[in-house]
Amino acid sequence: MPKYIWKSISDLADDVKSGKTTATELVEKSLELIEENEEFKPIIAVIKDGSLKRAKEIDSAIKSGKKVGRLAGVPFIAKDNFLVYGADTTAASNILKGFDAPYQSTAINKLEAEGAICVAKANLDAFAHGSSTENSDFFTTLNPHDKTRVPGGSSGGSAASVALSLAPFSLGSDTGGSIRQPASFCGVVGLKPTYGIVGRSGVVAMGSSLDVIGPIAKNVEDAATVLDVISGKDGLDMTMIDRDKESYSKLDKTIKGKKIGLIKEYMDESVDPEVIKVIKESVDKLVASGAIVEEVSLPLSKLGLPAYYILCPAEVSSNLSRYDGQRYGYSYKDAKDLSESYMLSRDVGFGDEAKRRIMIGTYVLSSGYYDAYYKKAQVVRTKIIEESDKAFSKFDFLVGPTTPTTAFKIGDKTGDPISMYLSDLMTVTANLTGCPSMSIPAGEAQGLPVGIQIIAAQRKDRELLGFAKGFEELN
Amino acid sequence: MAKSEYIPTIGIECHVQLKTDTKLFAAVSNDARSAEPNTLVSHICFGLPGALPALNERAVELSCKAAFALGVSPQKFSKFDRKHYFYPDLPKGYQISQFSDPIVVGGHVDIEVDGEKKKIGIVRAHIEEDAGKTTHPAGKDYSLVDLNRAGTPLLEIVSEPEIHSAKEAKAYAQKLYLLMKYADVSDVDLYHGNMRFDVNVSVSKDPKNLGTRTETKNLNSFKAVERAVEYEIKRQIEEIEKGREIIQETRGWDDAKQKTTSQRGKEEAHDYRYFPDPDIPPLNLSDQFIKSAQLAFEKKNFYVIREKLVKAGHLSNQDLDTLFNNPEAVDFALMIIDKKVKTSVAEKVLDWVINVIPSFIDDYSAFESDKVDPLILLAEAYDEEKLISSRAKEGVKNLFKDEEFNVSEFIKQNETVSDESELEIIVEKVLSENEQAANDVANGEMKAIGFLVGQIMKATKGKANPGMVQKIIKQKLKV
Repeated sequence: MPKYIWKSISDLADDVKSGKTTATELVEKSLELIEENEEFKPIIAVIKDGSLKRAKEIDSAIKSGKKVGRLAGVPFIAKDNFLVYGADTTAASNILKGFDAPYQSTAINKLEAEGAICVAKANLDAFAHGSSTENSDFFTTLNPHDKTRVPGGSSGGSAASVALSLAPFSLGSDTGGSIRQPASFCGVVGLKPTYGIVGRSGVVAMGSSLDVIGPIAKNVEDAATVLDVISGKDGLDMTMIDRDKESYSKLDKTIKGKKIGLIKEYMDESVDPEVIKVIKESVDKLVASGAIVEEVSLPLSKLGLPAYYILCPAEVSSNLSRYDGQRYGYSYKDAKDLSESYMLSRDVGFGDEAKRRIMIGTYVLSSGYYDAYYKKAQVVRTKIIEESDKAFSKFDFLVGPTTPTTAFKIGDKTGDPISMYLSDLMTVTANLTGCPSMSIPAGEAQGLPVGIQIIAAQRKDRELLGFAKGFEELN
Repeated sequence: MAKSEYIPTIGIECHVQLKTDTKLFAAVSNDARSAEPNTLVSHICFGLPGALPALNERAVELSCKAAFALGVSPQKFSKFDRKHYFYPDLPKGYQISQFSDPIVVGGHVDIEVDGEKKKIGIVRAHIEEDAGKTTHPAGKDYSLVDLNRAGTPLLEIVSEPEIHSAKEAKAYAQKLYLLMKYADVSDVDLYHGNMRFDVNVSVSKDPKNLGTRTETKNLNSFKAVERAVEYEIKRQIEEIEKGREIIQETRGWDDAKQKTTSQRGKEEAHDYRYFPDPDIPPLNLSDQFIKSAQLAFEKKNFYVIREKLVKAGHLSNQDLDTLFNNPEAVDFALMIIDKKVKTSVAEKVLDWVINVIPSFIDDYSAFESDKVDPLILLAEAYDEEKLISSRAKEGVKNLFKDEEFNVSEFIKQNETVSDESELEIIVEKVLSENEQAANDVANGEMKAIGFLVGQIMKATKGKANPGMVQKIIKQKLKV
């Protein structure tokens, strides 16, 4: 495991500002660590020249007494579905290979405005479709804890990068668990904030009504710092809502007296007993610290996954329409007419999982099937939201495992898409409800990390982070 | 003849380009008229990865005004859907439109054909984005796409199938044009495709059982609407008479050949897979938002203002139609009517406004309020025979062309000479200089009198009172 440990993000920025270290030193360190850990394959592209140039700019700004941001000189890694200058944005797909973004995502702009520096683009399942990075059109990332296992996904490269300490934090996107599940598999902190507090502009869309951008970090405090920087309305994303007026770094760590619902359906026989054991131990710790824990049944949560696998592919099939080989990205050269150009560009450019989701999505939106699938799934989504609201009228937080198992073996599930989809079983509900949810390292099972998932009511991100911080300190 | 028993039924869909500065979902200029191809595009218009729509509120405001112009209040709740199909000028692979919940439901357009008034119902009107423009250069193995127009805001207005003749179709199109223009919803520049009509035509002998319809798309003039409907009615009746079936299809209008042609073969059976656009929250318009659109509309309420002008009684229906083509001229006409001058004076000024002034101004913004009083003075001078018609028109022209123009000075300088003794001297002089013509008149050849009057007008630089001149000539020559 990592030989190098980064200080907290705010300490790093303070050191840069006070001259204890420089942005250039931090970026060079990060670039060096990326190179040293190439065998784990977490990175698609390194932004070497660009990041060093920015580091020099920040260093000279500090020297000349100019104001620099609160993340001055702090390196980070972005999942390769974020549009970033200085390297191609591929979403780990062949169809976007060579795409040099002419604009940047909101989250990247906000981080850069505070002096943070993007040093690399992390691997993912192509277009964020998957739970292992095995659907990357380029290569599979290895789990830092066991190279024969997957790092989780789709933000597997981002989670592995933080577990390997390549940078102090990384950015991921979470449509059905894509931040939390790999965070759990890699033993790091992953936060999916409330839907709408972080702008989606400039992030390759997967399921627009489900996509949430968030940080992966080594601890809760760093995740909170990043959220505080990347959240807030930007005028480019109409689905945004107001963020908390208070800083997300202003955390209340109180555990005593908090009402916790332990989700019954996530603790049943479908879950690895070793995982359940770790979660139960965590719950015991919470109880010992004064939390009031009760079991809560969310019977509809079992319908979350099937509803998700209708709604998400529906949006995917629509969002992937723009990759048609006509304006940018891969285009089949020898097509004899327009229709063939569309078909062959998409046939060659998209991987199997993207095609699978396009087909499912196209089917459920087709006339004659819309009511039976898409519309029904929307009804289920509404019911799940109601069930969640009801639970939060009684509890401050809901807890359970992040995933049913620890990191699985590379190749174990690639032949069976359904079993792959099942690794999102416990995470999709928070995407359907829009609630903030985190995965925090809770312990180990047979040497592999186990994450506990903590879910809060919508817009209770600050409360969630505070409680998570309190929990983190118990370990 | 059997043919006369056929009843044509026509429904019209009209795309109106909303008069916004920027596109429907992107902060990019909307005015593609003289821009180089693909210069008015952003990452949103280009459909880049990660690009999200940001709705232009002005387009919603204008759509609300359009609703009021169609005689209904806009829907408080409406939403945007994605309509999927692949085409090179559709960058996202879907068009953002309103499918299940449009912003306008119901309404009507009042038309008049051959003195008969009729209400044409409106089914709905919805906001949508325009596609780009694809051109296929002749003899080349490629096509060109210009995305300047992609994302331009449109309001698609769908009529009930309550139109029953080509004339009615034309009247409907013209009225819609005036309504949208006057409410300032659109520039309605037909030449640049600001308004495009699709006509759905069917014929049947049984009014309760409509025939199979065809849709002729992309008509961009009133004449084309009329001709295309006329042609389709005739063609369909002929087909049926020959025992053939009408095929439900999309047709195009060939303006050179003045006929519709089948576009089938290019069309495929489409399943657009509409679903609510997850990037755009539904519109929930506040009462205040709707109210302010209504107030803005009431200032430009076509029907109310037309009625006011009709009541003033100075203008024919044709004059009114001409007037409403230019909202600035309408405002100007209202200012004149509000002055409550003598009927004959008001009529003269309005005649100048409609028929004279437009020939020498560059654009209608020239109709400024400070022109009202001088125009009335000129018209009064004419009415009181202080100015002859041509001199008065000269004054009108100077008023619009010369910033230094002084109306009272002009009238003084050009005042008609009506002093009989003064005119007699001039008449005698002209008669002596034109003996031949004078003799002709004296001998009863009255044609020559016009020549003599002309000579006198010339001698007086147009200031002589022509009626009086004629009277004096007749007296002198004793005819």
